[in-house]
Amino acid sequence: MSSDAIAVQTAGVSADRTWLQTLHEWVTTVDHKRLGVLYVFYALIFLVIGGIEATIIRIQLMRAHNDFVSPQVFNRMFTLHGTTMIFFVIMPFMFGFANYLVPLMIGARDMAFPRLNAFSFWLTALGGTLLYFSIVGGSGLYGAGSAPDVGWWAYAPLTSRAFSPGHSADYWTIAVLVSGFGSIGTAVNLVATVLSMRCPGMKLSRMPLFAWLTLVMSGLVLISISPLSAAQIMLLVDRYLGGHFFDTQAGGSATLWMHFFWIFGHPEVYILVIPAFAFASEIIPVFSRKPIFGYPVMVGATVSIGFVSISVWAHHMFTIGMTSYSNSFFVLTTMIIAVPTGIKIFNWLGTMWGGKLQFKTPMLFCIGFLFQFLIAGLTGIMLGAAPFNWQLSGSYFVVAHFHYMIVGAILFCIFGAIYYWYPKITGRMLNESLGKLHFWLFVIGFHLTFDVMHVPGILGMPRRIYTYEPGRGWDTLNMIITIGAFIQGIAILLFLANLVFSYFGGSKAGNDPWDGWTLEWSVSSPPPVYNFASIPAVASRRPLWDLKHPEDPDTHYD
Amino acid sequence: MVVGRALGILVLLAGILFAAGLCRASPLGDNPTTSIFQPHSTPAESIYHLSIFVLVITAVIFLVVFGLLIYAVVKFRSRATGTDREPAQVYGSTQIELAWTIIPILIVVVLFLATARVIHAIQDAHKPATALEVTAIGHQFWWEFRYPTLGIVTANELHIPVSDPARPTPTFLKLLSADTDHSFWVPQLAGKTDLIPNRVNETWMDPHETGIYLGQCAQYCGTQHAKMLLRVSVDTPEEFDAWVRTQKQPANQGEKEIAGRRVFETTACINCHAVGGTVATGRFGPDLTHLMSRSTIASGAAENTPENLRLWVQKPDAIKPGSLMPAMKLSDDDLDALTRYLETLR
Amino acid sequence: MSAITTPVAQRPVNWRLPYKGNVGMACLIIAESAIFTIFVVAYLFYLGKSLTGPTPREVLEAPLFYTICLLSSSLTIHLASRFLERGKPGAFLALWFLTIVLGGLFLFGTGQEWHRLIYERGLTISTNLFGTTYYSLVGLHATHVTVGLLMLGIVLLLGLAGRVGQEHSARVDVLSLYWHFVDAVWVVVFTVVYVLGR
Ligand code: HEA
Ligand code: HEA
Ligand code: HEC
Ligand code: CUA
Ligand SMILES: [Cu+2]
Repeated sequence: MSSDAIAVQTAGVSADRTWLQTLHEWVTTVDHKRLGVLYVFYALIFLVIGGIEATIIRIQLMRAHNDFVSPQVFNRMFTLHGTTMIFFVIMPFMFGFANYLVPLMIGARDMAFPRLNAFSFWLTALGGTLLYFSIVGGSGLYGAGSAPDVGWWAYAPLTSRAFSPGHSADYWTIAVLVSGFGSIGTAVNLVATVLSMRCPGMKLSRMPLFAWLTLVMSGLVLISISPLSAAQIMLLVDRYLGGHFFDTQAGGSATLWMHFFWIFGHPEVYILVIPAFAFASEIIPVFSRKPIFGYPVMVGATVSIGFVSISVWAHHMFTIGMTSYSNSFFVLTTMIIAVPTGIKIFNWLGTMWGGKLQFKTPMLFCIGFLFQFLIAGLTGIMLGAAPFNWQLSGSYFVVAHFHYMIVGAILFCIFGAIYYWYPKITGRMLNESLGKLHFWLFVIGFHLTFDVMHVPGILGMPRRIYTYEPGRGWDTLNMIITIGAFIQGIAILLFLANLVFSYFGGSKAGNDPWDGWTLEWSVSSPPPVYNFASIPAVASRRPLWDLKHPEDPDTHYD
Repeated sequence: MVVGRALGILVLLAGILFAAGLCRASPLGDNPTTSIFQPHSTPAESIYHLSIFVLVITAVIFLVVFGLLIYAVVKFRSRATGTDREPAQVYGSTQIELAWTIIPILIVVVLFLATARVIHAIQDAHKPATALEVTAIGHQFWWEFRYPTLGIVTANELHIPVSDPARPTPTFLKLLSADTDHSFWVPQLAGKTDLIPNRVNETWMDPHETGIYLGQCAQYCGTQHAKMLLRVSVDTPEEFDAWVRTQKQPANQGEKEIAGRRVFETTACINCHAVGGTVATGRFGPDLTHLMSRSTIASGAAENTPENLRLWVQKPDAIKPGSLMPAMKLSDDDLDALTRYLETLR
Repeated sequence: MSAITTPVAQRPVNWRLPYKGNVGMACLIIAESAIFTIFVVAYLFYLGKSLTGPTPREVLEAPLFYTICLLSSSLTIHLASRFLERGKPGAFLALWFLTIVLGGLFLFGTGQEWHRLIYERGLTISTNLFGTTYYSLVGLHATHVTVGLLMLGIVLLLGLAGRVGQEHSARVDVLSLYWHFVDAVWVVVFTVVYVLGR
């Protein structure tokens, strides 16, 4: 459907080829733009799948003692939901945008290793397929089949053969391992592209923040997805070769898995959020009509977030009985992250300050992001105060915190990014009114769901429970949360409709619909196959500003 | 547009206030609450105070930053009357950057010190000689409680004495696990601590008021994690002593219900369950010696009534799908006899 | 607005960036180091925690000869790529071949050690925690050696076919970077398993 049509356009050939040929072209492509589109397309499909799982969770929890699904199914639902959303929605979204935009922004014709790029994408795709294949293959061909039900952290020893017979846990492990290799491949590629493919004049200090943050994100992928892969290999050794890494019966340690998982898990959440920062750092300046405030500080803050984030993992483990000294140490590192993160928030505010804000849909989503990220960060600080965490951990308060981050901050930024770059990718504008409707509906649904979700957590409702007792004051709240989830669903449907209809009926975008400043706006929409007819050269951070304002170019301040 | 936004914000704030109100409100009736903001024991109380402190600081930060954001959005929105000229291009300011680096650092230091103090106070608390020691063992999906000094083994419902601040009798729990990870959480008494195989954890509580306190397993441990509920009965010293005395007695050996007893002892029940003083010494399931002294069965999944007991033995899945007790497929007569026997285990 | 054109340089600028092959390999090495770190941590964490025997002290002997083989192969590969750079394909091929032989010897050594452990000492991956961590860590390294040998072998074949010339020296350097990494990892593994571990 829509993507096929893009193929024809970007390939710049007449449309009289069969759809098989087009499909073949897309499957074998090594072009960074097409791979980017494939990533995003893939992520959208999984967003719907993960969202449907969330809806099932919510229907089940609507009231006490509901029996919409069995406990077994419920446990599979949140495991699939968590794994899908993290590994097969947000990660591919981010890699997709990075793939599409980084070469364009730094004035390159492709990524450093185009074939590795395609390989990485297909690994990720294979991972997602494997995860869902578990539904038929989980207990072998003879059984009814089952998906993994170990939660997205897959804590040991729940994953050992004794507690997870059948193959469901294997599918989970292999799916995550395979997509992890894909992510590492993409990260290698992105770093090499940013470091080795910049056009003349594009010094590191002149790169768009987007490229910088992608670099930091890729670095984090390299050092934190690898521990996850290592742990998954160990788990496979345990499950297939009879090893004892996490076998508590043979002296293995359950906490070792926790450490390994969170050494990955915490940097992972910054891997997810840093690209969101990157979107905001491109969108907010353009719609404030001002350059980003404090560019070097923004870079420094991101790099330090990257560094600090590798030393905070045990704040997910405050309840496992660490000594008071370890607990205090991780409280400190956790809270220190608030400083560079705060700097980023303040710099975005500083960018808006004194500007001329234009509330186009991408900007609306970014303002929503700022607001929700602030709240989510502050609930993070509450969770980071270890004793407070002993009450909140494992409860719906945590679920509220991270959905506030992942949906309220990251998904909002992703929506903003799609509204912002869709014209570049397809050549058509997304419908503005539909976009605003999508925004407001999603805001309402989001807040109904996730604001309210903090309360059952405070009232003692643990997460990952398929049912609960009446009379604890949780019922009404859960009903409201479920209603909010449905509103979110409707908003996302509107958005998907907008994507499809604007593709065929949207107004023509032209090269530069937002009056932007980075190199991608200097080429046609969609960009030609090789991006740039002649390799550009830049002399400042905002090359297009210089061209548009020869009287006051940025080069003076560089 | 602006009106819409203002309205949205108002609705939001109202929502937040409403939510805050809900947190304080106790749930319907005199059902025990599990709210973390109604503590009744020293660790829970010091956490409560810390959390109020953290909440206030974060609320202030929120109001300041949120205020700035709203101000910027309202003040600097581009007006239709405005000219086409771009606003002044400002690239940054070192002083301002310094300010918003240093102030958060100071806040972080304050938060950290306050937190570290409470961590130390709770984790490194001194254990008085009068403390009661209990070992809690997490099983899929029920709790085993052992009182090593008293020689008692029971399940799912923990009895502890109330602690008079003048003469504290806190309870120190040693936390172990027989299979997967679990977490012990009774919000009104203390924060949660995990029960992890191959590892010994500790927690303590000194409830100031008698009554029933509810909680539940807070670490995902498998299919029935949801129905691994906890009941803590905080007794007066007299009640507690009386409870200890009954628990120390061997099981009812009367000649009543001999038929039911025979069913029990000739079925697999005894492989998994112990009944003190009989041939039943299984350890896989809960100790049934004083089954009837508990008000719920199967870790709070159902009330302890004869009908529920019968249903449970007949078909555990009807009450707790996925629990590790198998359905024993007994005839109706055997079931009736067995239920009558179980009812004698007081 | 669509009149905006791409900015291009008026004068040719002096613009040099690092070679992408080296950057890519450096990234891969960072990622691989993280993987090895986790395995090493697991090894150290489980030292002496096995519930049953055998212990490392009872069964392990430091494979000094094979270690020397592997380490000296770092030298030969370095020299080989220098020769290629200077346009001496003959010397390059000879040293390259020597590298492969040394690497192969090392693998043979590992195989021999495993054979002895499994058949004489009865230590398998599922015997105890030591077995699990030992075979995993050493096996992970051996896998890397194997992959490296395969790639070296491909270059050797291409070289014999006369398809590797001076112009490929940058790419050959990338490969030798990988080989150096594999050697360096062995130094760590050796220290952990045969020195600290006993
Ligand atoms: C995806 C993004 C994301 C991001 C960016 C964050 C950011 C943060 N997170 Fe969150 N978190 C998750 C995703 C994320 N988290 C997920 C997915 C989980 C749960 C996983 C699971 O259990 O399944 C989780 C769980 C989680 C826990 C464990 C809870 C538990 O299970 O017990 C903790 C505890 O410390 C925590 C803390 C924090 C903190 C302190 C930050 C900080 O980075 C926030 C910093 C930001 C601010 C503080 C706001 C702005 C700053 C200012 C305005 C400056 C002034 C402020 C101060 C001086 C305080 N998070
Ligand atoms: C990227 C990350 C991401 C995203 C976007 C979401 C989005 C949502 N999540 Fe999820 N969630 C996680 C990551 C994410 N989540 C993780 C990591 C966990 C932990 C798992 C674990 O414990 O192991 C979790 C757990 C989790 C739980 C706790 C489960 C439990 O502990 O028992 C709940 C419960 O309400 C929930 C709800 C939701 C809802 C309502 C949304 C909504 O925002 C979704 C909105 C989207 C849609 C609704 C789909 C699109 C629309 C359609 C398909 C149209 C048709 C649908 C309708 C009309 C309804 N999530
Ligand atoms: C395979 C082991 C096994 C066998 C056999 C077994 N049980 Fe159980 N039983 C359990 C487990 C495990 C539980 C705890 C279930 C839970 O709460 O999740 C349990 C719980 C119970 C309870 C509730 C105890 C409480 O305090 O909550 C009763 C009563 C009970 N079993 C009676 C019986 C009787 C009677 C039989 C024989 C007809 C029997 N059991 C056979 C394992 C077993
Ligand atoms: Cu036990 Cu959850
Ligand atoms: Cu974290």
